[in-house]
Amino acid sequence: MSSHAHGAHAAHAMEAPTGFIRKYIFSVDHKVIGIQYFLLALTAVLVGIVLSVLMRLHLVWPNMHLPFVPGGLMTQEQYLSLVTMHGTIMVFFVLTTAPQGGFGNYFLPIQIGAPDMAFPRLNMLSFWVTFLAFIAILAAFVVPGGAPISGWTGYTPLSGLGEVTGPGEGWGQTMWIISISLFCLASLLGALNFIATLIDMRAPGMSLFRMPLTCWGWFVTAILGLLAFGVLLAGGILLLLDRSAGTSFFIPAGLVVNDQIQNHSGGSPLLWQHLFWFFGHPEVYIAILPGMGVASHVLSTFARKPVFGYRAMAMAMCAIGFLGFMVWGHHMFVSGMSPYSGFAFSVLTMSIGVPSAIKTFNWLGTLWGGKIQFTTPMLFAIGFVSLFVSGGLSGLFLAQPAVDNLLHATYYVVAHFHLVMGVAAIFGIFAATYFWFPKMFGRMMNEPLGKVHFWFTFIGAYCIFMPMHWVGIAGGIRRYADASAVAYLQPLQPVHQFMSIAAFITAAAQILFLINFFWSLKSGPKASKNPWNATTLEWITDSPPPHDNFGGHFPSVYRGPYDFSVPGVKEDFVPQNLTPQEVARETE
Amino acid sequence: MPGIVTDDIEIKVRTPSGGRGGSSSGNSDDGAGGSGGDGSGGSGSVPQRTYITGMTVGLGGILMFFMALVSAYIVRKDIPNSGWHPLAVPRILWLNTAVLIASSFTLSHARKLLKSNDQQGFRHWWSVTTILGVFFLAGQIIAWQQLRAAGLFLATNPSSSFFYVFTAAHGLHLLGGVLALTWILFRPTHRLTQGTATEVAAMYWHFMDGLWVFLFLLFLLGR
Repeated sequence: MSSHAHGAHAAHAMEAPTGFIRKYIFSVDHKVIGIQYFLLALTAVLVGIVLSVLMRLHLVWPNMHLPFVPGGLMTQEQYLSLVTMHGTIMVFFVLTTAPQGGFGNYFLPIQIGAPDMAFPRLNMLSFWVTFLAFIAILAAFVVPGGAPISGWTGYTPLSGLGEVTGPGEGWGQTMWIISISLFCLASLLGALNFIATLIDMRAPGMSLFRMPLTCWGWFVTAILGLLAFGVLLAGGILLLLDRSAGTSFFIPAGLVVNDQIQNHSGGSPLLWQHLFWFFGHPEVYIAILPGMGVASHVLSTFARKPVFGYRAMAMAMCAIGFLGFMVWGHHMFVSGMSPYSGFAFSVLTMSIGVPSAIKTFNWLGTLWGGKIQFTTPMLFAIGFVSLFVSGGLSGLFLAQPAVDNLLHATYYVVAHFHLVMGVAAIFGIFAATYFWFPKMFGRMMNEPLGKVHFWFTFIGAYCIFMPMHWVGIAGGIRRYADASAVAYLQPLQPVHQFMSIAAFITAAAQILFLINFFWSLKSGPKASKNPWNATTLEWITDSPPPHDNFGGHFPSVYRGPYDFSVPGVKEDFVPQNLTPQEVARETE
Repeated sequence: MPGIVTDDIEIKVRTPSGGRGGSSSGNSDDGAGGSGGDGSGGSGSVPQRTYITGMTVGLGGILMFFMALVSAYIVRKDIPNSGWHPLAVPRILWLNTAVLIASSFTLSHARKLLKSNDQQGFRHWWSVTTILGVFFLAGQIIAWQQLRAAGLFLATNPSSSFFYVFTAAHGLHLLGGVLALTWILFRPTHRLTQGTATEVAAMYWHFMDGLWVFLFLLFLLGR
């Protein structure tokens, strides 16, 4: 087994670049690109939080003068543009970018024992196209007319007619389409790279079922991205043509908007919805699957136990990804679809509960009887499971067309998807950040501060989104800029006030995270190679890893990823690269 | 009791790459039989078969893009009273299709010559393939001009809208193919062996050929 005979040849190909620009800006190193993605997502999430705080302020005090709002007093259109931009920025540039582009980029190659991604230059291209997409979406704020108002779903005909349908629907909507199309391109290239890397770059001995579950999460996510983003790209191109070239893919005939008859014929708004949601539903899993992988990984590490039902966990992720492509119609129950289609989509949607329940059961099984260490990443991983269950259960109600008809336009849906794909995925990102920060930056984060951050965020998230379900059931309509103007909604205003205050506190608590992050970056205590006593390959190399990840000594793999508390072995963990002889020597 | 942790050892020895592992001589099963000119072994860190995996995966993404457009076409066409007028395809498309199919055959021939180490013949037939690709693209532009002359523009009718969208999207993809073919002809690569480069290009080219035949049949039979 000449696994250590990788000397000079490899070193030549993997020489580290020296100049600042090649090293930190236009780098082809997956680790630098991963951090770039992460910082992009961090910037985006701050913008997204500011937007949501402005919305929550306006919902409770509609006559308040607000910062960042042109004119001070928020108009209804400005409120809708905040809804749109909050959703777009959070879904694409945070929930898609950080778990996959950020942590996936950084840790997939290391965890499978590879020196880099399969196509490093393509990887760099993916990031910079994503960056352009981000600039384009930010530009929507400052173009004439401001940001678009058609929601992150960009429903036609509202999004397809131009300025006549609202101030942001001119330039703003065009920038939105350009941004999303660029994002699709970048994500397709990224997905291609992930899949090729995972298939062909694994270390000797790293069979598919010896991969950490994080890799399974990124793998299934990449497949979803590959199959879904092309569809949204196609839809985006057709929408752009409807807007700028006078075609009629999505715009029906005889449409009168603001007393002006629109010169289109026979297009179908439903066609856009189908194209969008064929992408949009897998997108939900693109956001959450990496978080599932991280949760499994972290739970196992800090319960000092192997993942309960490893194979079932991997297969459940595949099943969720597969079913994710067959349920897009449940976003369209109120579109007038045939009851038979609605029934089929409903049954398929509820069937996703089966693999989801397998995952939840196995997470609990992993914790059961473990020697649990309540570190900050562990808390966030447990929080992920909690939020995933709380948010997922309401999905079973919404999956039934008869119930959805009542709840679809209400805050119930907002609460559902925020808990399950928003906050749960964010908790996955936080767990990953606290867990891998020592590896990425060579320093430890502050544990007490991290725990305070966790409890504020965890309790805060429930305080925001649990009451929101009740507002929805009581008939609170979503996307209303000012519910206080509607008589039957007025009794709900105190609940809104409670949610807003909870939102402000939770948002403010994120400052603790930023302080912890940047302070630890500069002056946290130095991290050892393996501060958590974990088993996977990223923990056998330096913190941070050298340019080629393993300093020329590429590992071979001899066992599964979660050999914790193996009976008879002195240490309570066995790294994946330890040979049987080395393990035998450690055995009593 | 070391048996507990050692019971499932299976080391895969075929994984190491040309550049990384010590076993660069032992991976003859790579490249699906297409890596004919695999002389240098490659100085990059990526195994040659990765490029083939990457292209396979990429074609999956491209297929989804076009299938989204195709499903949009089918849905849009079947909406009643939506003003859909079937488009009579320009007759030059028959010629274009024949040219593109022929290019697939010349491409296969070129690769066969490369495998028998006939660089001269390879370069000849590879150039012929590239030129046929350029002819196809020129033919598509002529088809556009004929449609324009007949008063059928992008926004004239949904059927013409789709025709322009499909031909433009496919044409752009094929233009990429022409550029790749040209690049392989003039720039010998080190990271990518000639055998892998031609195989990857061939996968792409045949796929674009087949996709075009499918789209052409869609215009003919599904209008």
